[in-house]
Amino acid sequence: MTEELKDIQKEENIVYKKSSLLTDNVMHYCPGCTHGVVHKLVAEVIEEMGIQGDTIGVSPVGCSVLAYNYIDIDWQEAAHGRAPALATAVSRLHPEKYVFTYQGDGDLASIGCAEIMHACNRGENIVVIFINNAIYGMTGGQMAPTTMIGQVTATTPYGRDVKLNGYNMKITELIAQLPGTCYVTRESAHTPASVRKTKKAIRKAFENAGQNKGTSFVEVVGTCSSGWKLTPEKANEWMVDNSFKEYPLGTMKDE
Amino acid sequence: MAKVRGSIVVDVEKCKGCELCAVACPKDVIQLAHEVNGKGYHYASMAKPEDCIGCASCALVCPDSCITVYRAKA
Ligand SMILES: Cc1ncc(C[n+]2csc(CCOP(=O)(O)OP(=O)(O)O)c2C)c(N)n1
Ligand code: SF4
Ligand code: SF4
Repeated sequence: MTEELKDIQKEENIVYKKSSLLTDNVMHYCPGCTHGVVHKLVAEVIEEMGIQGDTIGVSPVGCSVLAYNYIDIDWQEAAHGRAPALATAVSRLHPEKYVFTYQGDGDLASIGCAEIMHACNRGENIVVIFINNAIYGMTGGQMAPTTMIGQVTATTPYGRDVKLNGYNMKITELIAQLPGTCYVTRESAHTPASVRKTKKAIRKAFENAGQNKGTSFVEVVGTCSSGWKLTPEKANEWMVDNSFKEYPLGTMKDE
Repeated sequence: MAKVRGSIVVDVEKCKGCELCAVACPKDVIQLAHEVNGKGYHYASMAKPEDCIGCASCALVCPDSCITVYRAKA
């Protein structure tokens, strides 16, 4: 290393480093997976709000089942799709705590469709972080409710066909209509600007929970490069060209 | 006027070589190394360290929080 580099790489010159809430465990996610980016943002928000001891996460079934290994807070692990039901119990037993679920689209929109709808409709005072990669990542890339028309997956080798498989579900639009929700937004995490914006959305959601405002719902449209069989860079491009058309970014509700 | 200089340090053993940092870098500083880490991944490294401005774009998009960013007036 040159002298000049040594001069810059000093403690006092650090402008960005790993959140202290992220453990030293190496994440099991595939290279480029959106889960890693969003884990980091959740950790940063909790760290910056100083609520590490007051936050309880509920992890799902899906690739992010092991989220509790990566963010150093209290966690519960729910049965598949049941994170909103478990979060309801946790939040009612501990109304002073910040309670959030972290769920994939298979977990939230398929097997857990009833739980998320009713939790949001009851206006449970929880935060929902919803990672929509339009596929079942963990089990090998099968079709999810969010899989788009024409999208090739392990179970739709010729592309999702409306006649056979029905339409892709825009569950966030449905949830925005429920009076129990106070904040519903759709974000992404593929560029520096979108990462900053998603962090602000997650921060707002946690602040809403602190003010007992009801359910805050943050969807992050993401990629699953393994399930999509693309490189991480190409997966981001595919997401911009396809996912963003079906799942346009923006805030649907902010009360 | 003092020039702003930046630099990054990559946690080589944690890096999975996804290359999203290289895509995000506005100065084309980052390339994957020819060498591989313990897991067999070509890891991110500074191919043009003199061009780094310490903007942290690479670190923001890194899914594995492998990148520490430094900025100084040089
Ligand atoms: C009751 C039950 N049914 C089915 C499964 C199989 N299963 C595990 S994860 C998963 C879906 C995961 O997809 P998603 O929620 O989108 O998360 P991702 O892995 O893409 O992050 C399924 C169907 C299971 N574990 N338990
Ligand atoms: S299978 Fe998909 S969702 Fe799961 S870790 Fe790999 S890229 Fe991420
Ligand atoms: S800090 Fe900015 S200029 Fe430096 S390597 Fe990272 S993205 Fe490139």
